[in-house]
Amino acid sequence: MKLPDLTELAVRNLRESLLRNSLTTVGISVGVASLVAMLSLGIGLQQLASRRLMKSGLFDTVVVTSRRDLRNFNREEERSGPAPGESRILDEPTRQEIEHLPYVLEAYPDIRFITELRYEDKPHLTTIAALPASAKSNDAFETMQGHFFSSDMAPEAILQKAFAEELLGKTPKPGLDETNVKELAAPLVGKELTMRYAQRQSAASTAPSANDKNTASPDESLDSAAYSVVSREQKLRIVGVADLDPESMRGPTRARVFLPLRLAETLHVMQPTDLREISRAATDQPVYSSVSVRVKNPAQIRTIEDTIKKMGFNTFSILDATRSLQQFFAVLDLFLGIFGSLALAVASIGIVNTLVMAILERRREIGIMKAIGASDGDVKKLFFAEAGAMGILGGLVGVALGWTIGQVINLGTNIYLKRQSLPAEHFWSVPWWLVGAAILFAFIVSLAAGLYPAGRAARLDPVQALRYE
Amino acid sequence: MPNDTDKPALNGTPAIHAEQLSRHYRMGETLIRAVDGVTLTVGDGEFVALLGSSGSGKSSVLNLIAGLDRPTSGSVVVHDRDLAQLSREELSRYRLHTVGMVFQSFNLIASMTLAENVELPMRFAEVHRGKRDHLAREALARVGLLARMNHRPSELSGGEQQRAALARALINRPQLLLADEPTGNLDSHTGTEIMNMVREFNQQLGMTVVMITHERALAERYAQRLIFLADGKLVGDESNSPANVNVSVRGMRV
Repeated sequence: MKLPDLTELAVRNLRESLLRNSLTTVGISVGVASLVAMLSLGIGLQQLASRRLMKSGLFDTVVVTSRRDLRNFNREEERSGPAPGESRILDEPTRQEIEHLPYVLEAYPDIRFITELRYEDKPHLTTIAALPASAKSNDAFETMQGHFFSSDMAPEAILQKAFAEELLGKTPKPGLDETNVKELAAPLVGKELTMRYAQRQSAASTAPSANDKNTASPDESLDSAAYSVVSREQKLRIVGVADLDPESMRGPTRARVFLPLRLAETLHVMQPTDLREISRAATDQPVYSSVSVRVKNPAQIRTIEDTIKKMGFNTFSILDATRSLQQFFAVLDLFLGIFGSLALAVASIGIVNTLVMAILERRREIGIMKAIGASDGDVKKLFFAEAGAMGILGGLVGVALGWTIGQVINLGTNIYLKRQSLPAEHFWSVPWWLVGAAILFAFIVSLAAGLYPAGRAARLDPVQALRYE
Repeated sequence: MPNDTDKPALNGTPAIHAEQLSRHYRMGETLIRAVDGVTLTVGDGEFVALLGSSGSGKSSVLNLIAGLDRPTSGSVVVHDRDLAQLSREELSRYRLHTVGMVFQSFNLIASMTLAENVELPMRFAEVHRGKRDHLAREALARVGLLARMNHRPSELSGGEQQRAALARALINRPQLLLADEPTGNLDSHTGTEIMNMVREFNQQLGMTVVMITHERALAERYAQRLIFLADGKLVGDESNSPANVNVSVRGMRV
C-alpha cells in the first residue's frame, strides 16, 4: 500500500476509536512534554551559565603568575618547567610583552592589597583590588547602584555590598532577607573615603626625603634593590555599590573595595609580593604577583596560554573550569533526558496496549483485508502507520505543551526573581533542534511500540479471523 | 448422496486442479481431517456448487482454493500456479488479483463507506487514485448501488450489502469468484437477485465460480456442476443443466 493510502486509512482507523486513541495520544504528549521540559531546562541552564561566564570576563581571561611564586610550587606545570630560580620575573616589560602578543586585548596587573579605609573617622580594614576599565561590562556590575569609574585615573571607589553594610554599621543577620543594594547606596554614593596605604619608593629616589618606615633589607649591599615605604593618604569618592563580588570566581582573596587600575598603579602601593621580590628585583619597574590577560576570543585561550608558558610563567584559565562545567551539564542533560523519557516509555506501553486492543477489536477486519488481498506487509504497515500517526500527533502536541510549560515556569520564576529584586533571566530554552528531535523521538518510540502489535496483526490467520461472527 | 463420481472431461485448460488435497487440524488430542484427499478439477469459466452439510469440509476446500489456508498435503493448482509453493507474499498477490470472494456475512468493513469498501482491494493493488474512483463507481453502478456509494454498510439492507461485496470481489478483475453461502443470510427474493448477478458475472465476464451452498435446489438452479462433500471427502460430482442458462457459455459442459 502506498504511503498516502496508509496515512488515510490509519487516520480513519484512529478516528473510529476516538476516545481511546486520543487518550493514548495524550499519553504520548505528556511524555514528550516532560522530555522537552526537562531537556529545555537543562539546555537553558547551560546557556545561562555559559552566558554568565562569558560576561564575567573570566571565560576569555588567562591569569599569568611567576613561577617563583612559591604558592604554586606543587603545581604540575611546575615540575616540567624550569626551576623557580631560573624563571622570569613578572614585571612591567613582561606585561607589555604579553600585551603585544597576537589575539591579546589587554594585559593588566592584579593589584591587590590590604589597607585601612576611614569613613566618618572610623577605620575599616579591607582588601582593595584594582579594576581595569574593561571590567565595566562585567555582569557583576549589572545591578550596581551608582556608576562605574568616570576614568581610569579618577580617585573613585566602588564598594562591595558587604563593605557598604559595614560602613553603615549594618551587620547582616542570618535568616533575614538581605539588605537591598539601593538602600545601601543611597547614603553612601558621593561620600568620601580616606585610604591610608603604604607607598613603596625605590631607595634611590626616596632616600633623602621621608624615610620613616624603611623596610629591613636582608642585604644592605643590594642597594639598588632596596626601597623605602612611605605612609600615604588618598581621598576616594564612592561612586557605586555593587551587589555581587565581581571576583567571586577568582579565589579566596575577595576584595571589598575596588579602585580604577591606573590610579592604583600610580599609587605604588606596597604589595605582599614585594617583600619576596626584594632579593632579586633590580629595577625601578613594578613587579606583579599576577597579570590578567584578556583574549579576543575564548577559542584562542589555549594558544595564548601555551605561548605564555613558553615564556616561563604559570598560567591559569577558567577554560579548564568550563570544561568540567560542560561535563556537568552533559551529565545533567542525560539525567533530565532519562527522566523525561520515562514518561515517554510509559506512553509507549499505552500505544502497545491500544494497538493490541485494536487488533482484538479489528480481528475480523484484518481477516477481511487479508481475504481480499492485503499482504502481511500491508497489515503491518497499517498498524505501523497508526502507531506513527499517534506518535507524530502526540509529539506535536507534546512539544507545544512542553513549550507552554516552559514559558509558564519562566514567567513564574521571573515574577519570583522580580520580587527578590533580581534581574529577569531566560533559563528556559527550546531550540529548534529539540523540537524536531522530540517529534522524531516520539515517532520512533511509537513505531517501536507498534512493532509487536503490527507483527501480531500481520501474522493473524484470516481463516480463524473470519470463522466467527 | 448421488453416486455419480466419474470425472467429466474438461474443455480447455482447467482453472483449478486439486490433487489429493488434505487439510488436517489438531484440536487437542484429536486430529480433524477437514479435507481428506480431495481430487478435483474445475474448468475455466465453470460454475460449480460445493454441497455438503456443515462440517463436511466445503469451507475448508474453498479456503484452500482461495489461498487463505495451506494444505497439509496434496496440491491445489490454480491457473498453473501451485498455491502450496507460493510464499505468503505471493499468496496475498494471488488473492488480490486472481480471486474475488463473497461471504455469507458480507464482510464489509463497517467503518468505511460502500465506495471505500469497494476500492479497498485497489488500494492494496496500488492502483492510482483517479482510476480507483472511476472503477469503484463503475462496479457500484453494475450492482445498482451508485446512489448509495457514500453510505456505510450498516445503513443498507442485507441484499444491498451483498451486492456491494460482489462489486468489491469484482474490482480487481479476478478470474475466480469464490462464494461462501452468499445467500445464506438473505431472504429468497434477495437471494435470487444476488444469484442472478453471480450468474451474470459467470456468463458475461467469464469468471470461474465456485459457490458453497447447502441448498441443493439453489445449486441446481444456477450451477453447471454439483460437487458433494462429506467428512472432508469428495462423495459426488454431478453435471447439472441449470435453468435459463445460455448454452454457449465458455467452458460449459453439457
